[in-house]
Amino acid sequence: MSLKAFHLVFLSASIVLMMTLSAWCFANYRDGGGTSELAWSGVAFAAAATLAAYTRYFLKKLRHISFL
Amino acid sequence: MEIPYTDKARPDTGLYNAKVGIWLFLASEIMLFGALFSSYILLRVQAPLGDWPAMRLGWPHGLLNIPIGTFNTAVLITSSVTVVMAWASLKMGKLAAFRRYMVVTLVCAFGFLGVKSYEYNEKFTHYELRLKSGEVYTGHLAVNGKHPGFWSLSDIWNLDRLNKEKVATVEFVADPKKESHGAKHAEASHEHVTLKPKVADIAHLDAFIPRNHPFFAIYFTITALHGLHVLGGALVMGYFAFPGSRMWKTKPEQFTNRIEVVGLFWHFVDLVWIFLFPVVYLL
Repeated sequence: MSLKAFHLVFLSASIVLMMTLSAWCFANYRDGGGTSELAWSGVAFAAAATLAAYTRYFLKKLRHISFL
Repeated sequence: MEIPYTDKARPDTGLYNAKVGIWLFLASEIMLFGALFSSYILLRVQAPLGDWPAMRLGWPHGLLNIPIGTFNTAVLITSSVTVVMAWASLKMGKLAAFRRYMVVTLVCAFGFLGVKSYEYNEKFTHYELRLKSGEVYTGHLAVNGKHPGFWSLSDIWNLDRLNKEKVATVEFVADPKKESHGAKHAEASHEHVTLKPKVADIAHLDAFIPRNHPFFAIYFTITALHGLHVLGGALVMGYFAFPGSRMWKTKPEQFTNRIEVVGLFWHFVDLVWIFLFPVVYLL
């Protein structure tokens, strides 16, 4: 597996982590947490979206490099 | 004698030597961290979720600073992006861009370690105080007017040492009360209370260090081991960014392969953190 393929694995894990963090913060907010919990949830969701956009850019930029 | 397959891939495996080597090494690393993760999870699920320190047998919850942990996660994700960009720059023959990306990666690596030391300092200077009357507190200690420091490990106090050095009273700035599980955030207090208990009235006193609770033992073991990997990776990247980059002039393909191998190691270290952060900070 090349660095390109491992980077994609890493990005997928990071996106899942950011989505989980967003859901965790939102659950805390619903359980009576302050607005900061809601803000953190939004920030984590935005981070997940940014990572997804970067993944697309990365695949486009490195399309000539092998996955092996 | 020329060593074969340092720059070109073997026709049968499709891989060059160093890539086979790094994946074998990473397989052993997965076993090492896997054992520690399993230990953490087994300890965690076997202990009741308690409002530590009130319920000492319970698993401490909410002791780690989640915003700081999230910041460090972002720093490591950024460093993974820059290390890949450094490698891609070499693939496109741009050494100057490679160096720029490597410098950013190094800044991220040392930034991560700096923030981690701040977190360690917070733990090493934080104490649990249990009085014979049954009351329990967490907070900061002052003995003879001095606050114990992080860098001098001999400065850490416990009840035995207080008795040995014949200290009569200590000053303890207790943390505000945290909300209990299931309670609303608004129910938590925000006031720090200063206590001056007599040593004779203290049942237990210790810092947030490995000997105090299994949580701290496993937390420090895993994060310190991870931190050592970050430091090791940063040193190797620093070498390749500056003195080691001379190889680019004579063997550009082999140098690019070496950076790919460093990048694979760095991604592994970052991936460990991606699993470590939710398990240790959020669970």
